[in-house]
Amino acid sequence: MNLTLKIWRQKGPQDKGRMVEYKVTDISEHMSFLEMMDVLNESLVAKDEEPIAFDHDCREGICGMCSLQINGEAHGPDRGITTCQLHMRMFKDGDTIYIEPFRANAFPVIKDLVVDRMAFERIQQAGGYISVNTSGNTQDANSIPISKHNADLSMDAASCIGCGACVASCKNSSAMLFVAAKVSQFALLPQGKVEAKDRVKNMVFQMDLEGFGNCTNTGACEIECPKGISIENIARLNREYLAATI
Amino acid sequence: MSRILSSSIARKVAMALSALFLIIFLLIHLTVNITSLFSKDVFNELSHFMGTNFLVQFLMQPILIFGVVFHFVMGFVLELRNKRARTVKYVKYNGAANASWMSRNMAVSGGVILAFLVLHFIDFWFPEMNYKYIEVLPEDPTRYFEELQHKFTNPLRVGAYVIAFVLLALHLLHGFQSAFQSIGLNKYTNCVKSLGKIYAVAIPAGFIIIALFHYFNH
Ligand code: HEM
Ligand code: SF4
Ligand code: FES
Repeated sequence: MNLTLKIWRQKGPQDKGRMVEYKVTDISEHMSFLEMMDVLNESLVAKDEEPIAFDHDCREGICGMCSLQINGEAHGPDRGITTCQLHMRMFKDGDTIYIEPFRANAFPVIKDLVVDRMAFERIQQAGGYISVNTSGNTQDANSIPISKHNADLSMDAASCIGCGACVASCKNSSAMLFVAAKVSQFALLPQGKVEAKDRVKNMVFQMDLEGFGNCTNTGACEIECPKGISIENIARLNREYLAATI
Repeated sequence: MSRILSSSIARKVAMALSALFLIIFLLIHLTVNITSLFSKDVFNELSHFMGTNFLVQFLMQPILIFGVVFHFVMGFVLELRNKRARTVKYVKYNGAANASWMSRNMAVSGGVILAFLVLHFIDFWFPEMNYKYIEVLPEDPTRYFEELQHKFTNPLRVGAYVIAFVLLALHLLHGFQSAFQSIGLNKYTNCVKSLGKIYAVAIPAGFIIIALFHYFNH
């Protein structure tokens, strides 16, 4: 198929940036979206033009590195997938596709479609862990009884890959779904209870410091999240936060 | 206050609590007003009680006014902050793909409700305050029904009321369940969502029926 691409080009963090139009031809519907971008970049390199910078790593839908706001949606029009798992069969011959970086002031653009998502790392460092000594005397995790229900919920929350689609989709640029997932995965387990109060307070504090917006429960994050993280986790985050501060 | 409300979640919870308070208030307000459809005397009696009872006038009324002002000021503050969290906008943003119109336009529906409230205060509250506390006219427990009827003779006013209540319904279709989510109560989500839809349609519809009833029956 033949496509018109309108792609955000920005030389660096200080550059103002603009949309540039490209045409690609003979795109196979079996290609992934990133392979289509590869084809475009090869043609640019052949013409001695600067290729378009975009993020990716595993290309298996598990690392959370690929991003892109495609036709106004994080990771494009498909559901439950990352951009590397988005296939060109989701588009029609002759389509015009808008490709922009994930937008939020907390995710500054580094170049073209690459954004800096270190804000998520800093939130994690503020409390997204449990402190255990790896002394060799640590209790075997399997010997601690945990209800199947909570174990499942915790596992679901832990499947967040930190991609940032929730922030990119949210009209408020809120990071609540990400933080909710990272708080919930521990809040649901006895191992996480010890530091629960400090964790939720510190992570929310860091989230606010990074300049993410306020959640208004639109639910856009949950729809666009490639891992199907539920906004039930946000209600849990609110509960945990209230319990820790009151 | 600014210290308590310094975190995003605290602001979110405060927003929800003020909203839940308004939800309860609206229910009471409708209950009183709906009697005007059936009985002039009951409506007069209830209005007289609400208008002269010390607790209602000097405790509940100030709390209500604070609640309303807090709610819309906080609502607009949050809206502005959220806009500031993304200063470079998307060229293409498909908001409808993943969120309802109601949830994305709370400030729009809220703004219309606010405009309505100004009209509503000019219509009923200012004259009422003037009657009772400025001119201090003698209380007539039977005056309320005529006052109400008189207001709804103007088709423009009736139209404005109807539009405002449609927007209130849209505001509540998202807001009701959102408030429960905000305070972390999601155990009965399906129940809350259904109840929210019923409330969001029934309460504004009640007010609309009252306005239309008096317009066509005076
Ligand atoms: C005075 C005019 C009003 C304005 C300007 C206004 C504005 C807003 C805004 C901007 C929000 C979204 C903020 C957020 O969710 O964080 C909101 C939420 C809400 N509003 Fe209003 N509103 C008004 C009146 C009302 C009234 C009269 C009611 C109901 C009786 C109401 C019920 C709600 C509810 C339930 C929410 C959801 C709260 C939450 O998500 O936690 N609002 N309002
Ligand atoms: S919650 Fe979902 S959308 Fe947000 S960072 Fe985690 S995986 Fe990505
Ligand atoms: S590149 Fe790893 S999830 Fe897409």
